[in-house]
Amino acid sequence: MPLPRWFHLLGSPPFVYGFAGKLTPWLGAASFLLLAIGGYWGLVVAPTERVQGEVYRILYIHPQTAYVGMMAYVVMAVAGGIGYIWRIKLAHAVAVTAAPIGASFAACALATGAIWGRPTWGTFWQWSDPRIMSETLLLFLFLGYLALRAAFEDREKADRVSAILAVVGVVNIPVIHYSVVWWNTLHQGPSIMKVGSPSIAPEMLVPFLIMVAGFTLLFYWLLLNGLRGEIVERERDARWIRQLVEARG
Amino acid sequence: MTEFLRMGGDAAYVWSAYGITLGVMVWNVWWARRRHSKALEKARVFATADRAPKQPTVRQL
Amino acid sequence: MNAFSMILARDLRIAFRRFGEVSTPLLFFVIVVSLFPLALSPNADVLREVGTGVLWVSALLSSLLALEGLFRGDADDGSLEQLMLSPVPLGITVLAKVAAHWLIAVLPLIALVPVLALSYALPLQALPTMIAALLLATPTLSVLIAIGAALTVSLRRGGSLVGLLILPMTAPLLIFGSRATDFGVHGEPTAGPLYLLAALAVSAVALGPVAIAAAIRVGVE
Repeated sequence: MPLPRWFHLLGSPPFVYGFAGKLTPWLGAASFLLLAIGGYWGLVVAPTERVQGEVYRILYIHPQTAYVGMMAYVVMAVAGGIGYIWRIKLAHAVAVTAAPIGASFAACALATGAIWGRPTWGTFWQWSDPRIMSETLLLFLFLGYLALRAAFEDREKADRVSAILAVVGVVNIPVIHYSVVWWNTLHQGPSIMKVGSPSIAPEMLVPFLIMVAGFTLLFYWLLLNGLRGEIVERERDARWIRQLVEARG
Repeated sequence: MTEFLRMGGDAAYVWSAYGITLGVMVWNVWWARRRHSKALEKARVFATADRAPKQPTVRQL
Repeated sequence: MNAFSMILARDLRIAFRRFGEVSTPLLFFVIVVSLFPLALSPNADVLREVGTGVLWVSALLSSLLALEGLFRGDADDGSLEQLMLSPVPLGITVLAKVAAHWLIAVLPLIALVPVLALSYALPLQALPTMIAALLLATPTLSVLIAIGAALTVSLRRGGSLVGLLILPMTAPLLIFGSRATDFGVHGEPTAGPLYLLAALAVSAVALGPVAIAAAIRVGVE
């Protein structure tokens, strides 16, 4: 059965470069809008939380950055897997673009989480919290991925090897998370902040979700932007690139 | 306004967290932009290098 | 004799001839375990508290040392390519190599643990649990390290990278293993974490060779 046309187009660097270029302004504008609305709502409009006071407002950025980190890793692993199995260069380009985005957001999540933890739990760091450990592990996996890539001079080898690493990692993440959850049930430590619990007030839930949407779009905007740079980098000696730079003058 | 900035005494926590997040977002934009322009620059060098007059060969010297 | 046992026997024979290489990680294990009391405290109560953790982490790092060069010898002299070309599935070959190295490098390590555990004032009753936990956790550990070794097989200085890539993924082994040991120390039921370790071992041995073989193919091609 012949593959549909759009499938072939998705594997074509010049097409994706152009398509992404047209899409990114809309993504950027949409994410900026959502982040601005959600940010203002969360910082200014939303009422103060009874127990935590103003510090709870970190709720509007911290879980979202953690979520972007996780999403980036899954994208990286899936794209790497697709690139490995079907030998599609663009898939590898997507994977390598997602890595620094994911790493920086994972680090950000850990930083904002620590800042949030200090006034609420009394401590910057709680080893037995499953989410901290999962996010920390995620950061290490990203850093390992980037280190592995950097060690290879041959780009194709780097692509394929790091794709395997990413897939092995993505399988491990749930295992790690569960093991820390299990570990945590042994310790009756300070009560964990119930972020996603059903008792969150609607005035807080709406800006929370707006920020989730905003950060998600932001991730994809960053991904497509980075992808375009990655495509030019990889296709440097292709004819369509030559025409592109000549047209730009 | 000052009440808003003070964040009920937790200003350091809230603003540092938001500041770090904003910083990470800005860094990502900068990084992607830089990569893109550097790649285009290298591509331009590649494209124009072919136009440059060829180096004289041993025979011509 | 099937292919698995042939490769197993071959690797064991090679390892026996290179006994110096095999004994280095064991020595490393003993030295590291001996350094902790100097750094922490010779007080028996303190040692009993930290003994489980110290032994587990040291065993982990020593295994890393023992296994990170798993494929490098064969890659250097070309026998890895020969093994890749043979009709035996690379996954089986690789599993045999990991098994051989587990037998020759990790098992002796586990044999040393009782003596070292006693030096940390850990109660005798904890030893069976600790040994069982190590026996269940180390196959998974070996497979994980082998994945790292395979990913870096074509790199000149790949060894140091293996730890960075693999150690974060060994966290569950550490958690379940040392907690099981702790339960043993305090006389609590240990079945839960031991079963979990067993489940991880089964999954790792079943799925790991796929990743290892894939990584070797990329590295050697």
